[in-house]
Amino acid sequence: MTDAPLLKARDISKFYGARIGCRNVSFDLWPGEVLAIVGESGSGKTTLLNCLATRLMPTSGTIEYRSRDGQMRDLARMGEAERRFLMRTDWGFVHQNPADGLRMTVSAGANVGERLMAVGERHYGNIRETAGDWLRRVEIGIDRIDDQPRAFSGGMRQRLQIARNLVTAPRLVFMDEPTGGLDVSVQARLLDLVRGLVHDLGLSAIVVTHDLAVARLLSHRMMVMKDGQVIEHGLTDRVLDDPREAYTQLLVSSILQV
Amino acid sequence: MATPLVVSEVAKSFTMHLRDGIRLPVVSNVSFSVKTGECVVLGGPSGIGKSSLLKMVYGNYGVDGGQILVGHEDRVIDLAAADPRTVLAVRRVTLGYVSQFLRVVPRVAAIDVVAEPLVAGGESPVTAREKAEEMLARLNLPRELWQLPPATFSGGEQQRVNIARGFITGHRILLLDEPTASLDAKNREIVVGMIEEKKRAGVALLGIFHDDDVRTQVADRIVDVSAFSPRRVAA
Repeated sequence: MTDAPLLKARDISKFYGARIGCRNVSFDLWPGEVLAIVGESGSGKTTLLNCLATRLMPTSGTIEYRSRDGQMRDLARMGEAERRFLMRTDWGFVHQNPADGLRMTVSAGANVGERLMAVGERHYGNIRETAGDWLRRVEIGIDRIDDQPRAFSGGMRQRLQIARNLVTAPRLVFMDEPTGGLDVSVQARLLDLVRGLVHDLGLSAIVVTHDLAVARLLSHRMMVMKDGQVIEHGLTDRVLDDPREAYTQLLVSSILQV
Repeated sequence: MATPLVVSEVAKSFTMHLRDGIRLPVVSNVSFSVKTGECVVLGGPSGIGKSSLLKMVYGNYGVDGGQILVGHEDRVIDLAAADPRTVLAVRRVTLGYVSQFLRVVPRVAAIDVVAEPLVAGGESPVTAREKAEEMLARLNLPRELWQLPPATFSGGEQQRVNIARGFITGHRILLLDEPTASLDAKNREIVVGMIEEKKRAGVALLGIFHDDDVRTQVADRIVDVSAFSPRRVAA
């Protein structure tokens, strides 16, 4: 880990009219760190994630990102083209529903290759080879490279979406309930995969989940949200083993033991 | 540093918001230290707060007051006040923990569970695996289990995976929460031997052992946790 944060969020608020999406959220994210944002449906997790990833414009607050040249850049002051370039190269966004992050009617190989072309790769042979390599890393058989994701199971689609996001070697990946909607055995496989990739690639990630077990497994640090505000924030195992706030205690005590 | 772990005037209570905000004091005014090459054992009856105290030192539990000073690299860090990133760095390099139960990650093979702390510390995966094999062999975990995830292992087998994972590193401070609880006599002796080795290597150990034999063999000093517990007064 280097000693400068990768992302700095200060007083991020998002209002939908009079309704609060999220309010006064501040934190730093460091290189190689995985931050989980937990809370029940409607607590503002996804609103916050979308603000951070510039998919939504926050009503107030600033988000700074350290670009590859080491400069902290205010995302709101970046041009649209520059921001989009960032999204396509340095960042990844893994949607809960793979259909939102994939192109369902082009082949698996093209889904991965497309992001490579966005960063300037033109050699067809190289693109196909790298795409094949990434399919293998996310445990999709190379014989499926020409199949469309429509023909894939939910778990395979999610793994393909991850490959598509990671192929450009991003430094920061946003994940919105990456294991939601998958059955448990598929979930375990995906979690293990994400955990390994985050470690091997030294990725930073911000993961929104309502599943505290997912947060425990993937994240170093976590923020608990309620009614749009962060009510508890700290080392993941400390928040889960010694929750301070009433709401966090309720969440932790509501986990079903198998 | 001759005293890598100093616990000073630490206090801890739980506030149970779901039980009408009832406040449960756990310990107060806890002060002791552990020197290099020394094994300090936390003593006292069940429920007195021994495990809680270990968790405070490791950082799973927050504390209400006091200091937990750890010699980390060339600095002294107060874990009671450190930010999450610092706590994680201290855990990666300086402070190890063998919990009572293994927290299994689905699909990860026993050998990789054991090798993981070394890899996280920057060791090459190949070397880390070789060392993990040595540890598992020494703890008599049947070779045919090494490539399997430990979820289906027996209690004693899981415990040995856990011990191998905790002892594989070169951490200068090691916390042990009943590492021998579900082991047979033979494996218990092996663990006692491993603790002796750590002591000779200058590691500071802080542990909980309910087994009298093991405790008398490894303990240099016993810190009676009931001296810090409010229950002593109540009883």
